[in-house]
Amino acid sequence: MEEELFSSGRNIPHIDPTLEVWHWPISIYLFLGGLAAGLLFFAGAVTILDKEKEYPTAVKYASIISPVALSLGLLALVYDLTHPLYTWQLYTTIRLESPMSWGAWVLLIVTPLSFLWVISYFSEIFPKWKLRLGILKKLESFTKKNRKKMAYALIPLSIILGVYTGILLSAFNARPLWNNAILGPLFLTSGLSTGAATILLLAKTHKEKNLFSRIDLVLIVIELGLIVHMLMGMYAGSEVQLEAMQLLVGGEFTLMFFGFVIILGLLVPAILELTEILGYKVPVSIPAILILIGGLVLRFVMVEAGQITRYLY
Amino acid sequence: MRYAMVIDTLKCVGCSDCVVACQTENDVPIGYCRDWITETVNGTYPNVDLEFKSERCNHCDNPPCVRCCPTGASHVVEGGIVLVTSNECIGCGACIESCPYDARYQHPDGYVDKCTFCHHRLEKGQLPACVEVCPTKCMYFGDLDNPNSEVSKLLKNRKHKTLAPEAGTKPHIFYLI
Repeated sequence: MEEELFSSGRNIPHIDPTLEVWHWPISIYLFLGGLAAGLLFFAGAVTILDKEKEYPTAVKYASIISPVALSLGLLALVYDLTHPLYTWQLYTTIRLESPMSWGAWVLLIVTPLSFLWVISYFSEIFPKWKLRLGILKKLESFTKKNRKKMAYALIPLSIILGVYTGILLSAFNARPLWNNAILGPLFLTSGLSTGAATILLLAKTHKEKNLFSRIDLVLIVIELGLIVHMLMGMYAGSEVQLEAMQLLVGGEFTLMFFGFVIILGLLVPAILELTEILGYKVPVSIPAILILIGGLVLRFVMVEAGQITRYLY
Repeated sequence: MRYAMVIDTLKCVGCSDCVVACQTENDVPIGYCRDWITETVNGTYPNVDLEFKSERCNHCDNPPCVRCCPTGASHVVEGGIVLVTSNECIGCGACIESCPYDARYQHPDGYVDKCTFCHHRLEKGQLPACVEVCPTKCMYFGDLDNPNSEVSKLLKNRKHKTLAPEAGTKPHIFYLI
C-alpha cells in the first residue's frame, strides 16, 4: 500500500486546481475545428471532382457553417487563454515541435479561406442580398474564378486542421490517456463524420442525402475501428495507460463514453443510416443529430478525462 | 555546465522551510507554490516507512514543456535551466498539460510560472533560496559536469532515484534514498 499526500504548498482546496487548466472552451473548439475541417474537406473534394451541380449543399449551403464554426472556435480558444493580450506572440515564431504552433498557423490560413469560399458563392447562397461595396464585388468574382485553386488548397489544409485537433492532445506525454498516436486519426475521422452529418442534415435532394449517408457510414465504421484500437493499445500498455483506459471502461466516464459516443453517437446512427440506404424511410436528421452530439461528447470526455490521468511516482 | 539538485530524503523532515523561502524570495502569490513537500507512506502498520520529498521543476534534459510551447516562451538557458519569459507566454496551458511533475501553474497575472532554480541568485553566485535555508542541510546544488562538485560526488557514492524516469524527461532533481 502506498499513500502520498501533499503536505505543503499545493493549492489543495479543489484538489489541486493547477492541474485542470483546460476547460469547456477547449472541448468546444476541438469539436468546431473538426466540424469545419470536415465541411471544408467535402466542399473541396466535391469541387475538385466537378460535382458542384449535383451536390450543392456540400459546396454552398453547409459551407456557410465553417467560417462561423472557426470564428466561434477561435473565440473559445482565446477565451481559455490566461494571458490573451499576448496572443500575437504565436505569430512571431514557427515551432515545428509544437502542435499548437502548427495549429495556430493553419488556423490563420484556413479561417480567411473559409470566408473567401462563402464569398465566392455569395450571390448564389443569398440571391436576395446584393454586394454593394465595389471591393466585395471584385472579391466575389475573383474568388469565383479561383474556386478550384481554393479547393486544392482546402484538401490538405482541412486534413491538417482535423488531425491537429487530435495531435494537439497526443503530444502531451504527461497525460497517458492522450499520449497515443491514434488520437490524431480518430479526431480527423470524427471531424469528417460530423461534417458529413451536417451536410446530410441540410441536404435537400435524395441523391445528396444518399451519398453522404454512405460516406458517413464508412466514416463511422473507421471511427469505431480506431476507438477499438485506442482501447486495445491502452489495454496492452503500461500501468498509467491501463489506469487511463479504466476511466473510459468501468470508470467515471464510462456512461458518457459508451452511452453517448459509442452507442448513441456511432452504433445507432450507423444502423439508421444502413436502413435508410437499404430503402426504408428514416428521417436522416435523427442519425445526423446523434452523430453531432456524439462528436461533441467525445471531445468533452477526452479533454476532461485526459487531464485526470497522470504519471504516478 | 549542467545544474542539478540533490535532495537527501533520509535527512529531510518535511518542515516546508524550502517552500516558504521560495515563496518569499520569488514573490509567489498566496495559494501557489513553485516547490512543495510530499509525504509518502509505504506499507501497512507495523511495517511502514515514511519518505519526505521536496519537489519542484526537474529542469529536464528533454523538457516536454519546451517542446509543446507554441511561442517559445518556455526555453532552456545555460546550465540546463528551464525558464519562462512572461511577456512571450500566452497562458495556453500546453506546458502545464505536458509536465509529468505538475511543476507549473498559471500565475494570477496570466502567464505560467515555475521554479527557476533561483536563476537571479545563481547569477550573483548564490545558492537557490530553498537550498540556502534548509535547516537539516538535506539539499545540495551544483554542477553535474564537474566531477568534483558536491552533487557529482553524492550521486557517485549514494543510492538515488529520480521521479517518473519512465516519462523520458531525464529529470535533474535527484533524491538520495
